Amino acid sequence: MGNTATVSTGAILAVSLALFLIGLLGVMIRRDLLFVLMSLEIMINAAALAFIAAAAKWRQPEGQVMMTLILVAAAAEVGVGLSLVLRIYQRFATIDSDAVSTMKG
Amino acid sequence: MAWLWVIPAFPLLGALLLALLGGALPRRWAAAIGCVSVGAAWVIGLVVAGHYLSAPPAGGVFRQTLYDWIGVGPLRVSLGLYLDQLSLVFLLVITFIGFLIHLYSVEFMGREEGYSRFFCYLNLFVGLMLLLVLGDNLVSLYLGWEGVGLCSYLLIGFWYLDRANGRAARKAFLITRLGDTSLVIAFFLIFSRLGTLDIQQVMREAPALGAAVTAAALLVLGGAVGKSAQIPLQTWLPDAMAGPTPVSALIHAATMVTAGVYLLGRTHALFALSPLAMTVVAAVGIATALYGAASALAQRDLKRVLAYSTMSQIGYMFIALGVGAWAAGVFHFVTHACFKALLFLSAGMVIQALREEHDITRMGGLWRRLPVAGWTFLIGAASLSALPLVTAGFYSKDAIIWATWASPLGSAALLTAALVGDALTAVYIFRTFFLVFLGERKREVERLPGPLMRLAVIVLAVLSLGAGVVSRPAVLGGFDPLGRLLSSVFGVPPGEGVPGESAILLLSALATFTGIAVACLTWARGAAWAAALSASRIYDLARQFLSSGWGCDWLYDRAFVRPYLFLTGLNREDAVDSVYTGLALAAAGANRVLSLAQSGRVRNYATAILLGAVLVVALLVLRGAG
Amino acid sequence: MTTVCYGACGIALLAALLVVTSRNAMHALLHLIVMLLALGLAFFALGAPFAAALQVMIYAGAIMVLFVFVVMMLNLGPSNERREERWLTADVWAFPALLAAALLALSMYALANLWGEGFGATGVGPKEVGLALYGPYLLAVELVSLVLVAGLAAAFHLAPPPRTAQTEETGDG
Repeated sequence: MGNTATVSTGAILAVSLALFLIGLLGVMIRRDLLFVLMSLEIMINAAALAFIAAAAKWRQPEGQVMMTLILVAAAAEVGVGLSLVLRIYQRFATIDSDAVSTMKG
Repeated sequence: MAWLWVIPAFPLLGALLLALLGGALPRRWAAAIGCVSVGAAWVIGLVVAGHYLSAPPAGGVFRQTLYDWIGVGPLRVSLGLYLDQLSLVFLLVITFIGFLIHLYSVEFMGREEGYSRFFCYLNLFVGLMLLLVLGDNLVSLYLGWEGVGLCSYLLIGFWYLDRANGRAARKAFLITRLGDTSLVIAFFLIFSRLGTLDIQQVMREAPALGAAVTAAALLVLGGAVGKSAQIPLQTWLPDAMAGPTPVSALIHAATMVTAGVYLLGRTHALFALSPLAMTVVAAVGIATALYGAASALAQRDLKRVLAYSTMSQIGYMFIALGVGAWAAGVFHFVTHACFKALLFLSAGMVIQALREEHDITRMGGLWRRLPVAGWTFLIGAASLSALPLVTAGFYSKDAIIWATWASPLGSAALLTAALVGDALTAVYIFRTFFLVFLGERKREVERLPGPLMRLAVIVLAVLSLGAGVVSRPAVLGGFDPLGRLLSSVFGVPPGEGVPGESAILLLSALATFTGIAVACLTWARGAAWAAALSASRIYDLARQFLSSGWGCDWLYDRAFVRPYLFLTGLNREDAVDSVYTGLALAAAGANRVLSLAQSGRVRNYATAILLGAVLVVALLVLRGAG
Repeated sequence: MTTVCYGACGIALLAALLVVTSRNAMHALLHLIVMLLALGLAFFALGAPFAAALQVMIYAGAIMVLFVFVVMMLNLGPSNERREERWLTADVWAFPALLAAALLALSMYALANLWGEGFGATGVGPKEVGLALYGPYLLAVELVSLVLVAGLAAAFHLAPPPRTAQTEETGDG
């Protein structure tokens, strides 16, 4: 525990937002499916940070509860996502996301 | 008069029966139904005429309203029948001549396909023509008018497997359509000014039209011109000869083409109020009379000679109507129906005897082999040329020629032109007679006419000689029951008490004899000067010009048909439709453009989402701040 | 504590940027782990020790292991790095970066009035969190455990079948 009296809410939220956007940038830019998944993790963590900041501000446990739930959901998502990546690799012999674009037009 | 409706009903019923059952009936039955229905109409017509003449009704009119037909706002039209002296005359002519021609057709069409179809159409025609002359308002008249136009189309194109017949039928229909449109506009004009379409009411209130009466009269004339094949809408009649000969006889000689004469007679009150319109009528008449006579002179097809002759004779009727001699015009109609039908029917005998040969230059010497046809054609020709005293045509044509002199609307120029036309008439019809029946035989007769055909033409021949009895000029006795009958409708004929009637009689006789003489000299004996003339270039050009109807077809084609086709061809791609196809194309194009955004790539979709998010957030933030 | 918090956040941002721009998958993973640890530190500095512990143990510990295993299985080698370089040209990241920057600017603008506010006194301890989890949010816990089971079943089902001779792939995917 510590003295958090001078941490500004806006700053933390800004950090959370920036992290989220960096993650989004990664999703938009990277063609490699693994990197896309990693960027998604960044985004999820940014959301968790925002919750924790709120928890600290209002001094309520709900923020950490939410963070826990997020964590669990992210774990499930990673499990399924990585299986899919492996499947795609098996089918297309590549993890280029552009190769998985047969639903176009 | 409760039986009035039966008169048109019989032929219409016959047509209905033949339409429904005709295919299954044996030929005898079809012929029987066809002839009996028209014959019955004639008999009942005689009975009604007897009633009418012996016990004239109040006001001189039998009326019968069948039912209320149209009732829209101020327009109230009922289907009603109206019998006065004028329609009585037309009624008797139509039914009797129609009956004779039906008898003739029984044998004439005996070996043709579509036998019952023929009688169905013919019955339909007679029924509708009767409706035309018996209608009490302009709409019933128009119903009959359009109906006979339809029947004309159906019958001209009767042998529809030959495309040329279809073209001729279409040509007839379209050209008369122009006239019909003019007539309908006249109805609109009359209704908008007078608020009624009942003929008698219109005649009574005609002065209320004021200055528009000339316009109305001229528009009505336009309709008559189309139906009666007068200039300028005359080009369809020669081509209409593509139909079977009984059709040409009944429709295009005796009855339908005279519907214009009937119309003008019915609406004579309109014309009487407009001297200009009367002058136009007379001008159209004399122009057509001379045009038709000149063109008939150069024809090689037997039926086309008669077609141009019909055109010319109706021109004479129009002359009579134009100078106010309404009764004379109707009288000429009666005699013309007799001798023109006669000429057509005997021509039909000739054509059939020579196995569909129409060219008179390939005929000859048929007098001995076809005596009935020969004698009857001669009688018809004589009546047409108005051979003095013995033929009916003389009296009716003389009445017209007298009127061109005696009527206040007539003139010496009109008289002269009418006499010239008279002479030309004699020339062309006797030319035809000599070429067909005299001279050396060029083809053998293959089929002799049957008894019914001979009966029909003999009856008509008798009429062509004797029908003149109903109206004699004053100098020859003045026995004029027809004139007295029609005077209730038309009033006193013009030229009463004007001197010089016998001089005019002599002049017209002179014209006739001159014509016959010229024809004899040129074609009967084959004079040397005639042979020399026919070899010359000028003669050839003149003959081509005249036989093509003075180049009218060519002129109309260049002046109207081609520009019209060009204009419609401009829109071949249908500019209006392109609005809708344009919409479809635009939608498809938009689809193609938008499809580009669906690359199937996840990162593109993510970018798109972010873009949307940016826009929404911007909207919220900046709006909220402002 | 404030400086710790801000410092940790800064490290997290930097590490995230490195993840996004890295060519080598393994390096990116390592950067990601750094980011997660930094965030854990930030959580601790913000008075959420329980969350910090969970973050380190489960996220950086378990989930990243999954990633490492997959990278190993995919056998991504040097040729991959070169390919990644080819794919990360300017025309690829310019527009998205622009969009992201725009969104960041807008959001900063919206957050502007929050900048001055500070936090309260102490943080929230594990005991409180536990009481909350197994109190009013019990249903959520059970549901999320169902999600885990579902993820387990899905992963089991979606995993590629054992490779036969035909589907043998060559070298670096």
